[in-house]
Order: sequence, then C-alpha cells, then structure tokens
Amino acid sequence: MTQDDSAQTGRDTREAAAARAGIAVRPEEFQRKRFSGEREKVFELKGVDVLYSGVTAVKGISMDIHRNDVTALIGPSGCGKSTLLRCLNRMNDLIPTAEVKGELLYHGENLYGPTVDPVQARKLIGMVFQKPNPFPKSIYDNVAFGPRILGRKEGLEETVEKALKGAALWDEVKDRLKDNAFGLSGGQQQRLCIARCIAVQPDVILMDEPCSALDPISTGKIEDLMIELKEEFSIVIVTHNMQQAARVSDRTAFLMVELDADEQNRWGRLVEYDETEKIFTNPADKRTEDYVSGKVG
Amino acid sequence: MAGGDPGVARNRLATAGARATTQAMLRDQPRGDVIRNAVFAGLLLLAVLIALAGLAALLIQAFLKGSSALSLDLITNPPSTAFPEKAGYRPAIIGSLQLIAGVILFVVPVGIGAALYLEEYADNTRWWNRLIEVNIQNLAAVPSIIYGILGLAFIVRGPLDLGFILAAGSLTLALLVLPMVIIAAREAVRAVPDSIRQGSLALGATKWQTIRTQVLPASIPGIATGVILAVSRALGETAPLLLVGATVFVTFDPTPFGTDGYSAMPVQIFNYALRPQEEFQALAAAGIIVMLVVLLAMNSFAIWLRNRYEQRW
Repeated sequence: MTQDDSAQTGRDTREAAAARAGIAVRPEEFQRKRFSGEREKVFELKGVDVLYSGVTAVKGISMDIHRNDVTALIGPSGCGKSTLLRCLNRMNDLIPTAEVKGELLYHGENLYGPTVDPVQARKLIGMVFQKPNPFPKSIYDNVAFGPRILGRKEGLEETVEKALKGAALWDEVKDRLKDNAFGLSGGQQQRLCIARCIAVQPDVILMDEPCSALDPISTGKIEDLMIELKEEFSIVIVTHNMQQAARVSDRTAFLMVELDADEQNRWGRLVEYDETEKIFTNPADKRTEDYVSGKVG
Repeated sequence: MAGGDPGVARNRLATAGARATTQAMLRDQPRGDVIRNAVFAGLLLLAVLIALAGLAALLIQAFLKGSSALSLDLITNPPSTAFPEKAGYRPAIIGSLQLIAGVILFVVPVGIGAALYLEEYADNTRWWNRLIEVNIQNLAAVPSIIYGILGLAFIVRGPLDLGFILAAGSLTLALLVLPMVIIAAREAVRAVPDSIRQGSLALGATKWQTIRTQVLPASIPGIATGVILAVSRALGETAPLLLVGATVFVTFDPTPFGTDGYSAMPVQIFNYALRPQEEFQALAAAGIIVMLVVLLAMNSFAIWLRNRYEQRW
C-alpha cells in the first residue's frame, strides 16, 4: 500500500512539473536521453508495406528501433500503429490474407526470410496485448506456461518468482500463486501478462496499447515498470495516449492516415520519427506539431 | 395577456402539449387491446402446457402401469416369455452399457478431432470447407433408420463385414451421434477467445501446443456436455439397432464381439410391449421408468457440468 502511495505521489509531482512545462513530459528523463547517442539496432525497417487482402494498410515505413529504448508509436486511430507492431513479431502471419513487403531486419537478419520460423521469432520478440489476456489457469501456471512449452523446466519456480518480481507483482500475489488469474484486478492481470512475457526471457517486448483498459493508478504502475524493464529489454509500445508516450518513451514515431487522390483508399504513413523530446517540443513536421499539441486527431 | 410576448405564448403551448401527452398516457387502455393481449398470452401458455402435458402423461402412465413391476429383479433377471413375474432386463442393460461404452470410445476422439480441424485448421474461405460444415449440420438431422441401413450395408456386411455383433451396433450408433458431438465440440472450441490463442502464440508456442495446452482444456466442459447428450440419444435409439442385429430376445449376457446376438434396453422394452399379457405390459412400463430415470439423470448431469465448469471470459 505504501508502495502504491509513493508511486502515486511520484507521479503527481512529475505530472505537475510537466504541466508547468506546458506538456506532459519529464525533463530529467530528457537529460538522460540526450546523450544516448548511437545504439545497437534491434529492428531496421526499410520501406515496409503491410497489405490485407491486397489492400495497403501501412505504406513505406522506414525506421530503426534501438536496443534498450522504449520506442513509442503514436497516431490517430486507423493509422496502422498496431498493424506495424504486429509485423515485428510476425503475429500478422496469423491473418491468412496479410502480406508484408519491403525489408524488415531483426539484428541484421531478415525477419521475413525463408528460413525464419515465426514460432522461434516470437520466443525472442514477446507481446503484451491491449486487453489483459491471462490464461484460465493459476497465477503460477500463467507465468510458467512459456518456460514449460519451451522445455525449460529446470529452476521453474525461481524463473516464475523472478518474472513476477520483474513485473512488480510478486508482493501482491506471492501468497496466492495457486489462485486463478481471473481473480486479479485488470491492472494486476496486465502485469501478470508482462510477467508471463518476461518469463521466456525475450529480447524485445512489444506492447499494444497495454494501458488502454486500465485505470490511472494501474497505468502509472505499468509505465514505471516499462522504465525499469528497458534496462534489460527493448520495448516498442503502441499508445493512443500522448502523455504516456512522452512519459515513458525515448523515441517516438508519429504515424498518420494518408488518402489517395480520389479518397478511395487510406493507409498509414510514418510522418516523423525522432527522439521523444524533439517530437513533443520541436517537431520538424507541421502535422506532428498539430497532433501533439492537440489541434487534430 | 396574449398581448404578444412570444415567450409566454410558446410556454403555454408547451404546457398544453405536455398535458395532452400525459392524459393520453393515463387514459384507460382500449378494451380491444386488453383482450388481444390476454388471448395472445393465453395461446402461448397453451403451447407450453401441451408440451408439458405430453411428458406428464407419459410419466404418469408409465408409473401407474409399471410401479408394480419395479423391483431389483427387473435389473438382475434375464427376460422370460413364460414367467413375466420373474422376467427382467439384465442382458438388455448390459448390452446397452456396452453399446454406449463403444460409442464413447469412438465418438470422443473422432468428434474432437473433427471439431479441432474444422475450427482451428480449415480455411473457411474455401468452398469445400463450407460444404463440409453444411453437411455436418445435415447429417445431424438424418433419420436414424438411415444410419441403420448404412450400418447393415457397410459395417455388418460390406466393407467391414463385422457380422451381427454388438460392436457393429455400437459403431452404427456412434456414426449416428457423431455429428451432434462435432457440432457441440466446435461450439466449445469456438467459445475460447482468440486473445487466449494469440497470448499463447506470442509466447513462442506452436499451434499444436496452443491447442493442446490452452484451447482443448478450456473447451472440455462444453465437449463433455455434448458427448453426454449424444450418448443419451444413442441410449434411446431403437430403429438402427433392429437393423444391425440387436436380437429381440436374448437371455444371456452379451459380449462386444459375441456372435450369438445382443439386446438393448429400448429393444427389450419394445419386445415386452408387443406381448398381449398384462404382466408384460407392466414390465415394459417399468423398463420405460428405468430408462427415463437414467436419461434424465444423464441430461441433468450434462447441464450441471456445463453450468459448473463453463468458463466466463
């Protein structure tokens, strides 16, 4: 409880400082980020198009995603943020009509190369979904699921404990690991899904609007968690909430819907991708400025 | 007063309008509406009563006629044409138990397998998969006597050539209820939300691991309910069994592959009911009571199982 309170007050001061600065960001974070410099690239996208049944959903995305960064994808509804995110761990493969064109490199390897097994790729590139989706099993079994299917049965209890601690959930659930995960609150369920994801020791964690179904307190906990997790993992997050992008991310990509001449087709296009500070304080593109200042979208 | 302030005039108009509406609402309902409502409700109630009356008449009649013959002898004694007071259902009960055991053995793996294929693997945009789907619905509605003919032609004789044995009857009944099981299992599998499958796949599970460890366990209560209902249907079927060798009169305990014939509860009831003597009529009624109790118990168990273990997502 005390932990909750302190987290909450911490957020309040941050929020207040952000309000004074005119936007919801944390100045101290920017200082640290400014010196991040050149980093190892996790993903390199070169002209990536995504099509569903031959209709373009996202067009010509080129961007690099760096190691141990939180990279945020923002933009209005329907701009293809989630579509793009789902390309990164080949979840789009589950939709038979989906097609990815262009070059998408993961640590320099073509993620869509003929020898790449999507199942193996997903072990390295985990995903947390918009709505918490715990399995209808005990809390313990939820976290142990990943290691078990991967055949990592040694030291399972320690793995589960470490993952739950990593997701800042251990203290709340350590006495009821055998209880059904459906008994947890929405925020706890989402942290359980994060614990489940980090239990398989991925390299990257993709988060698809992980806080959109949660209340502000749970959201704050997950945002704090993201900042801790990026020490160990690289995180890509899709969010509708610009304040959230500003609070947690190091780099931000702004996508927008683009229409063709006769307004029959629409697709998502990357407008600007830069350090979060720059996107929110001094964007290069007028459309980004209008969006982050709340004039459109 | 009407001196031209448009605001006042408008207010008055609004008040008058509101009053008219309220009074229309408070007025008595037209008599014709009241009568029509009552007649319609009465007709619907009558429909319910007709349905219930059939069941009630069946139960009352069976209990009145059969209660005199209800005793443990009914279950433990073999049938007899000479001594109705000592005759029972023993071979028929044993035959029915073996029949439904065979049905379960066949129907559970095949039904679940077919349901998983159709729900998880088949591409519904292909016309042949949609054709299969429609035909499974049709198969569930095919009259049971047709399955009897199929069993006779393909299982008893023809390609399988098993002869008139209990296992052949079991297989025929299994084919009869298989579409029911497939439909129930598909519904159970479909009820598992996609978010669970995606959550599992996103952790690096293969499709088969996802099905085995997430989809199947979550759909087992629904599948079990479907299997129980299907088995209770198989238990009550008579027509196809007559075609595939359920001999009407058997005094020994049948075995799955014995060639001396076998019997089943509904067939034995049919046999007793055909006899003119009052005592055999009572015996048939008592058999009906036993079957009804078993069927109602099975169906109740299925409903309980569904309500108890149904996963709410």
